Amino acid sequence: MSEQSEPLLAIRGLRTRFHTYEGVVNAVDGLDIEVFRGETLGLVGESGCGKSVTALSILRLLRCPPAEIQGQILFDGTNLLDLDQEGIRNIRGRDISMIFQEPMTSLNPVLTIGEQISETLRRHKDMTRREAWGRCVEMLRLVQIPGPKSRSKEYPHKLSGGMRQRAMIAMALSCNPRLLLADEPTTALDVTIQAQIMTLMVRLKEEFETSIVLITHDLGIIAEMASRVVVMYAGKMVEEAPVKELFKDPRHPYTQGLLGSIPVIGRKFDGGQRLQEIPGMVPNPLEMPLGCRFNPRCPRTMSICHQQEPPVVRLADHRRVSCWLEANKRDD
Amino acid sequence: MTDMALLEVRNLKKHFPVKKGILSRTVGYVRAVDGVSFSLRKGETFGLVGESGCGKTTVGRSILRLIEPTAGQVVFNGQDLLTLDVEELRQVRGSLQIIFQDPFSSLNPRMNVGKIIAEPIRNHLKDTKAQTRDRVAHLMESVGLHPDQMSRYPHEFSGGQRQRIGIARALALNPMVIVCDEPVSALDVSIQAQVINLLVELQEKMNLSYIFIAHDLSVVEHISDRVAVMYLGRIVEMATDRELYQNPQHPYTQALLSAVPIPDPEAGRQRILLEGDIPGPLNLPSGCTFHTRCPKRMEECSQKEPIFKDQGNDHWVACHLI
Ligand SMILES: Nc1ncnc2c1ncn2[C@@H]1O[C@H](COP(=O)(O)OP(=O)(O)OP(=O)(O)O)[C@@H](O)[C@H]1O
Ligand SMILES: Nc1ncnc2c1ncn2[C@@H]1O[C@H](COP(=O)(O)OP(=O)(O)OP(=O)(O)O)[C@@H](O)[C@H]1O
Ligand code: SF4
Ligand code: SF4
Ligand SMILES: [Mg+2]
Ligand SMILES: [Mg+2]
Repeated sequence: MSEQSEPLLAIRGLRTRFHTYEGVVNAVDGLDIEVFRGETLGLVGESGCGKSVTALSILRLLRCPPAEIQGQILFDGTNLLDLDQEGIRNIRGRDISMIFQEPMTSLNPVLTIGEQISETLRRHKDMTRREAWGRCVEMLRLVQIPGPKSRSKEYPHKLSGGMRQRAMIAMALSCNPRLLLADEPTTALDVTIQAQIMTLMVRLKEEFETSIVLITHDLGIIAEMASRVVVMYAGKMVEEAPVKELFKDPRHPYTQGLLGSIPVIGRKFDGGQRLQEIPGMVPNPLEMPLGCRFNPRCPRTMSICHQQEPPVVRLADHRRVSCWLEANKRDD
Repeated sequence: MTDMALLEVRNLKKHFPVKKGILSRTVGYVRAVDGVSFSLRKGETFGLVGESGCGKTTVGRSILRLIEPTAGQVVFNGQDLLTLDVEELRQVRGSLQIIFQDPFSSLNPRMNVGKIIAEPIRNHLKDTKAQTRDRVAHLMESVGLHPDQMSRYPHEFSGGQRQRIGIARALALNPMVIVCDEPVSALDVSIQAQVINLLVELQEKMNLSYIFIAHDLSVVEHISDRVAVMYLGRIVEMATDRELYQNPQHPYTQALLSAVPIPDPEAGRQRILLEGDIPGPLNLPSGCTFHTRCPKRMEECSQKEPIFKDQGNDHWVACHLI
């Protein structure tokens, strides 16, 4: 991640809202993110904070309306939001692909694994049927599916959960995408299978120099996989930091609370059995609090927090915090 | 195992018949739980971990006879629960309660919260309306809910709050034992901490004993005094919490622990990667059921079943290596 190089993906001022019967949900509300070549960016935050909507906005997989997307999503200099349907379809699967928590969202139940992967290849890579089939078997072998030749002739429902997840990863990587959006790729899996998949993703990333946006709520996975982390809360970025800094020196009260609230093996023997809690719950997206959206749960709320949204304070390159505590420090 | 046991589970088995065809003939059995033994002491938390489908929920439900076990004993206060008739069972039910994983589907959407929490009281005690109301209000307070929300319906609460409602209901009859089946798995991390802290507090206050079922090894470690690891319907290792996590003996426990992601980017460590997937419980592997994935398997492992033995210091392991 050299400082001069251009980011592969630059999200600028992304706003994604849903026009619903009850009102407007501002699911993503002014997000700026950069992803560089070959890096893994972690995206964490509580349920409903807008992680999936961010990924789906990048690939324009949301139906508009009810969704409405504003801002810029620059992929290698091209604003994806300006492309027509044909343009974005050419990017999907070829340059950017996505893996989901539930593999059946992207696998077609009536096609065999082999048919699905080779169809993607023939569409994007101009391969013959035979070439595509060969590559498909090679990909399945790469993701460590035993007996890839016979497995490629099977339908998705015949495979176990871990196997399906691997097949989806094989499909997502078959065209050597430059960017992989992985939305909770291992959440539904057992830890031993999760360990297999994570090891696999690291290996494939190194082999193909793919950039990854890794969405998860699991801070353990973030610590092991990500080089840089963006923490989101209620549709906004609250903190960004290189992974080691985030764990060593979290600045935003929400990040601090999050890190304190996870049980860590062995810790109770020196720290006692009480976990730190973040009181209350995430705000209703239809009734966001005024000022800082974290203020009803923040142990350090000040009066300004109720009145005005905190600015994003840039402490260093890719080290940002959105909190009045940091802003006030700067003013002194 | 010890004479201080409040609840003792002995050689518990649950085999689900697999039926086929129009005559629904039984063609085989899913050995979901296949000889599980452990004891629960007063005031302790006994953790049960293992991967999806290994039989944790079946153990929990069999103990309460929410499903009828195939064989075994569950001795509570000197009585084998599995031999009780319906009326006798009803009388001990108050002492043994369960909290479910899914706070969304485990609460009746058509009942308001007051009614949900009062249900066990109305079924078991002869309290007056006013007494019941007071009791419900008190229960709501003890789990951190506002009693003035009594007339609201489950869908008006968040996941963490719904789990509190489930806990309040489980506490209604002053139980001695609560089976907690994945009580925080469906919750966000920051909400998980609230519920875990609440369970710990209530345990201290009311001298409760928990059987805590979860697949998250960090959560189980945090809350448990002793832990058992299950694989394909059996316990393969069991020890005190600290002993199990610091000195795992069974190859499966070792792999499982090494697979847990550690929330510390500087924690370099070796990971033991297992091959393949968990076999289905319909055709259990011969000998040691873990031999198809075990990195340390030997000749005898596929032929002979290892015996579950105490290593001394109450550390039990089932493996030929030991
Ligand atoms: N199609 C839709 N219509 C209306 N609101 C939506 C829609 N999709 C998402 N939302 C809302 O947008 C917000 C962000 O949702 P999103 O799925 O991005 O959350 P998330 O961070 O991925 O959460 P999780 O960890 O639960 O997956 C939520 O409040 C959600 O209810
Ligand atoms: N009613 C049933 N009929 C047939 N098989 C069943 C039944 N209930 C459970 N099983 C099977 O028994 C095995 C154990 O299931 P159980 O739900 O106890 O596992 P678990 O450890 O709780 O898993 P999870 O972590 O996914 O909740 C599984 O293979 C399951 O498919
Ligand atoms: S801006 Fe105020 S309320 Fe928000 S996180 Fe910072 S201190 Fe807390
Ligand atoms: S008995 Fe054999 S196969 Fe089973 S865990 Fe021990 S070494 Fe591995
Ligand atoms: Mg999501
Ligand atoms: Mg279960």
